Amino acid sequence: MDYSLSHIKELESESIFVLREVAAQFENPVLMFSGGKDSILMVYLAYKAFYPAKIPFPLLHIDTGHNFPETIKYRDDLVEKYGAKLIVGSVQDAIDKKLVVEETGYNASRNSLQTAVLLESLENGKFDAALGGARRDEEKARAKERFFSHRDEFGQWDPKNQRPELWNLFNGNCRIGEHFRIFPISNWTELDVWQYLAYEKVELPSLYFAHEREVLERDGILLADCDYIRKRPEEKTYKATVRCRTIGDMTCTGVWKSDASNVEDIIEEIATTRLTERGGRTDDKRSETSMEDRKKQGYF
Amino acid sequence: MSNQNTELLRFTTAGSVDDGKSTLIGRMLYDSKSIFQDQYDQIKEVSEKRGEEGVNLALLTDGLRSEREQGITIDVAYRYFATPKRKFIIADTPGHIQYTRNMVTGASTANVALILVDARNGVVEQTKRHAIIASLLQIPHLVVCINKMDLVDYDEETYNQIQDDFEKFAAKLDVTDVHYIPISALMGDNVVHRSEKTKWYEGPTLMYYLENVHIASDHNFIDSRFPIQYVIRPYTDEFHDYRGYAGRMAGGVLKVGDEVTLLPSGFSTKISQIQGPAGDQEECFPPESVSILLEDDYDLSRGDMIVRANNQPEVTQDIEIMLVWFDQSAPLRLNGKYTVMHTTKQARCIVKDIRYKLDINTLHRDQEDLEIKMNDVARVVLRTTKPLFVDSYRKNRITGSMILVDEGTNNTVGAGMVI
Repeated sequence: MDYSLSHIKELESESIFVLREVAAQFENPVLMFSGGKDSILMVYLAYKAFYPAKIPFPLLHIDTGHNFPETIKYRDDLVEKYGAKLIVGSVQDAIDKKLVVEETGYNASRNSLQTAVLLESLENGKFDAALGGARRDEEKARAKERFFSHRDEFGQWDPKNQRPELWNLFNGNCRIGEHFRIFPISNWTELDVWQYLAYEKVELPSLYFAHEREVLERDGILLADCDYIRKRPEEKTYKATVRCRTIGDMTCTGVWKSDASNVEDIIEEIATTRLTERGGRTDDKRSETSMEDRKKQGYF
Repeated sequence: MSNQNTELLRFTTAGSVDDGKSTLIGRMLYDSKSIFQDQYDQIKEVSEKRGEEGVNLALLTDGLRSEREQGITIDVAYRYFATPKRKFIIADTPGHIQYTRNMVTGASTANVALILVDARNGVVEQTKRHAIIASLLQIPHLVVCINKMDLVDYDEETYNQIQDDFEKFAAKLDVTDVHYIPISALMGDNVVHRSEKTKWYEGPTLMYYLENVHIASDHNFIDSRFPIQYVIRPYTDEFHDYRGYAGRMAGGVLKVGDEVTLLPSGFSTKISQIQGPAGDQEECFPPESVSILLEDDYDLSRGDMIVRANNQPEVTQDIEIMLVWFDQSAPLRLNGKYTVMHTTKQARCIVKDIRYKLDINTLHRDQEDLEIKMNDVARVVLRTTKPLFVDSYRKNRITGSMILVDEGTNNTVGAGMVI
């Protein structure tokens, strides 16, 4: 008898272990849902981890108001399918209440406003653990992230003073008012995620597959044309066949020219590509350590 | 690259600023085509901005702002790459003695340890320290990479001498599987591609070794251990009486119909059903996460364990361990109280005795100076508030390991391995 697991089954097992550990160790966890493939994977793994019981924590979506319409539709269908509870934190509301100030200018993005709304939502819900779909292969600051990542009462991350994490032992002990960010799919790569979603035949938002839409080019990145982007006079839109590799706000999520119309094509494309998936995120390009700087403030 | 039936291999590297560790990792990523163009462009731009010669591959692994500023690796960084044969996770750790705790962290889950030796310097204190940590953490396979062979003219004598020296030293350690490979990370010799310059060397390249080393038996498949992690109770009409004991197999194999013993109660029952992520399955083994259903209705909870009647772990409140101390703010307190986390169980413990401090450069046992500070290794005796179900760490890395947590700060302050 050959007792060995393929790498995606081993990753699945590890993630399920972490999800169950969260349900066991924390009073009031929440799953941060963005609508992207990584958070879809998280919901799917949570469903498996607790089957036949329902997922024992709600989903939290920070809605910037600049989402792709397809994302919202997919989110609502998913919540219904798994009988999950959904909480929405609205950036538009926060702007209306003057809790945050909207950026202006051509490259205006609501990305950084999400942090304030996220921290407020976590505080309002008294959540002591926030599950996220971040992966260590995405970005160099995330490469040093723990599975259980401690945050102080201001929601800040202190990368130089992280708790050592050994074997299967996750220390979720904390004081009142502090919380943890938890990353069950830390060890998955982009390719692993796609291989698993293909293997499990998980239904995905149409944005990931090649489709035709109006785009414009800015600083070498293609953006989907929409009302939220203020165009410079010289910027012209044109039709192209594209797909998303990550899904975030329409203002900062690049789209890629691609003919990949099914999961197999996407896997082939990723396996041979020479660019990282966050290479299309204008929010990461603001400085050499912009992800680390945002994470310290409490960004997802 | 898109093959999904590949195994996962975790390996650890430890090294200091100049021994070529970052270059080696950069070389493996680069030669296996795992560095993306935009990453490469970015580190190239940063290297030029700093006025460095060529592209500094170390920038790939040094992610934090302070690390980039100081040019050193502070924390454990995880790196990922895949070849058509395997997927690899590298736990890249700093090698200086002040980062022992990071090395221990990286080593705790590794299948393979890469130990780098500078061919010009031979076996030095740091080499010994890395080997001792690998032995202490029971990493199943060691690879001694004798690096910078280009700087000793690929000399076979030098290589043989270093191998002899290491073998003599390793005889004192608890390591069984050791390989030696002459490489030049900078030039790429014997890393991914076989070198023309070491014709006297007949072994595999480093990458070939990593792709083919037998790791399937690194888990314990003999002593059945299933620590209960979480109890699944749906409370729905359809699953009214359903009670699934969720957990991750820590050892051995369990099958539907097997007679099992429950700890701590000692009651016996049979396994009626095993549910995995893909549905019902006939058996389960490490490291699978499953739910086990039992024929009889006993009230089990988190921290309990399912085992076999004729093969049980030790049930004890007195535990002797090798402890690595992590806390920079305070030394280990004799008679101090800590929280202990072991499998899925949490208890309190008191430090009853400190037997000796182990010098991890020389293996010397010091029974005089018993102040255990950050990065020290010591043999200690604990007394716990409730019984733990333990195996020796040699026998099982899951049921033989534990962490100590400070009750005031909640920080993880120590890692223990049951003797």
